[in-house]
Amino acid sequence: MEPVDAQKNRTASGRTGRAENSGRGKRRGMSRTEFRNLLLGLAFISPWIIGFLGLTLYPALASLYYSFTDFKILQAPRWIGLDNFTAMFADPLFWKSLGNTFYLVLVGVPLSVLVALGISLLLNTKGLRGIGIFRTIFFLPVIIPVVAASILWIWLLNPPNGLVNQLLQLIGIHGPGWFYDPNWAKAGIILMAVWAAGDVVIIYLGALQGVPRALYEAAEIDGAGPWLRFRHVTIPMISPAILFNLITQGIAAFQYFTQAYVVSQGIGVNGAAVGGTQNSLLFFGLHLYNNAFRYFRMGYASALAWFLLVITLLATFVLLRASRNRVYYEGQE
Amino acid sequence: MSTVALNEGRMAVRTSTKTRRAKQTSTLVFIALVVLSTVYMAPLLWMFSTSVKTAAQAIASPPILVPDPIVWGNYPDALIRMNFPRALMNTLIYAVPAVIFTLLSSSVVAYGFAIIKWPGRNVVFILVLTTLMLPGQVTLIPLYVTYAKLGWINTYLPLLLPSLFGAAAGSWSGPFFIFLLRQFFLGIPKDLIDAARIDGASELRILFRIVMPLSMPALITVGLLTFIDKWNDFYNPLIYLQDPKLQPLSRAVQVFQSSHKLDWPQSMAAAVVVSLPLVILYFFAQRKFIEGITLTGQKG
Repeated sequence: MEPVDAQKNRTASGRTGRAENSGRGKRRGMSRTEFRNLLLGLAFISPWIIGFLGLTLYPALASLYYSFTDFKILQAPRWIGLDNFTAMFADPLFWKSLGNTFYLVLVGVPLSVLVALGISLLLNTKGLRGIGIFRTIFFLPVIIPVVAASILWIWLLNPPNGLVNQLLQLIGIHGPGWFYDPNWAKAGIILMAVWAAGDVVIIYLGALQGVPRALYEAAEIDGAGPWLRFRHVTIPMISPAILFNLITQGIAAFQYFTQAYVVSQGIGVNGAAVGGTQNSLLFFGLHLYNNAFRYFRMGYASALAWFLLVITLLATFVLLRASRNRVYYEGQE
Repeated sequence: MSTVALNEGRMAVRTSTKTRRAKQTSTLVFIALVVLSTVYMAPLLWMFSTSVKTAAQAIASPPILVPDPIVWGNYPDALIRMNFPRALMNTLIYAVPAVIFTLLSSSVVAYGFAIIKWPGRNVVFILVLTTLMLPGQVTLIPLYVTYAKLGWINTYLPLLLPSLFGAAAGSWSGPFFIFLLRQFFLGIPKDLIDAARIDGASELRILFRIVMPLSMPALITVGLLTFIDKWNDFYNPLIYLQDPKLQPLSRAVQVFQSSHKLDWPQSMAAAVVVSLPLVILYFFAQRKFIEGITLTGQKG
């Protein structure tokens, strides 16, 4: 704990100087108590400040630097300018992993967010009995450790013996090869994601229960049927939750790793690198992992990481921009 | 006036048909939910069912839900193969300190944002929330290189360090828990804190003696979510704990996957074993989970 305290003091005194300067400049009026509170406040948040500087800001900037270097971990990084980025855009696996990731973001996320919305609407029906039990069941898959769930789905989607294809067989459908078939592997992943979206259901349900009954009654008196009420009362009132779910699930999808890693190891292809049959499960996070920890190309992997950051920020920005006039926040207007 | 009366009459008629129709819809919804929840439960039932089958029963066609006879032997076999006692110890060595550190550090930081009034605190708080956007991969490589230089690979230090600072890029935990506790602390009556200050209590004393005891529900939520997060954590042990002796449960379950002869009943028994503690925890503290998750959404 000692180094923490030492750093805490340093941060606090470092801030003191700046605070005094600005106090003499703009904010002449800062009283003794205010100044005392500033120091106290900074002292209390100092664990976060230290963490931010040491575990977030420094490594983020360092990886930006590494992205312009050839860095094999054992030798010191060597500056190579934009070479990593040119190599990246010439790397077919980079494009493959980017395509796979976008598939997940553009198909998987909307689908699971939509299914979750449907379930939460059903759960929100007035006078429904057993809501507690249903809610428990839909949330249960979220509780199952991701690794256990992934292994379970490898088994469920096993082409000859898995439950899914066996049931399909009973109704006369010859099921696909799922994770073993490059055309179906991502469908398997998305199935798994939809199954484990119970937290999204709970967030919607919280939002739905917050919609004032009076609004529905007013709409009904105005002659609005179920669809119009849904379209013009429910959707606007829960739009912040929809946006929130899209953003958080989207960010998570860009970083998708564990399930794809476990599945591609479980189906046992590709030897040292992970990525599934014909790289059909090579998501961006896996491509980055392979480069960093299988090939120890730390410079190149850093370039990939920064590309991921830029893409995530861009996507979030686009989503926020597109939703600007479509999301309703109470107390606005 | 007459139109009002007419409207009221029409509404009375509509209400009676409305209640009937509402009843019908709720029955239909109920049936739909029974079907859907069966579909959602099926994988978990199948996981358990497979775990008590012989290898031959597991691949029987058509599939059988309740095997005859029920075979419990997969459990001891799986526990031995995944070296359960050691894996469980490793998981607890990671999860328990992480819970304590997270509770302490995020409480202190949340106090600094919620109870102490200093200029600029809201701006800094927005910065805290912004770090949630940062993919963990962006900080991963320099952190790995640094830890390797310090000789911390194959120790728990890289896994535990972030929880001391309430900051872990790429993981929801740090900033999110600060947010959650801050919201809770903001609801504590100001008078209580002012009275303690007048009595000469230090801020730390107020935090530990007044604010934290009053925030038990929020602290339990944070503790639970942290515990689950660490129990499930696969990524950090994969990167930092390469020594098989140090592998936690989340890695040990994979043993059955990487070997040549895949044994599905044993695999599923192992999956049940790592899931069961969390499922039990969930049944005991369901409300805490729901509250925590619902609070997440309100941030949006």
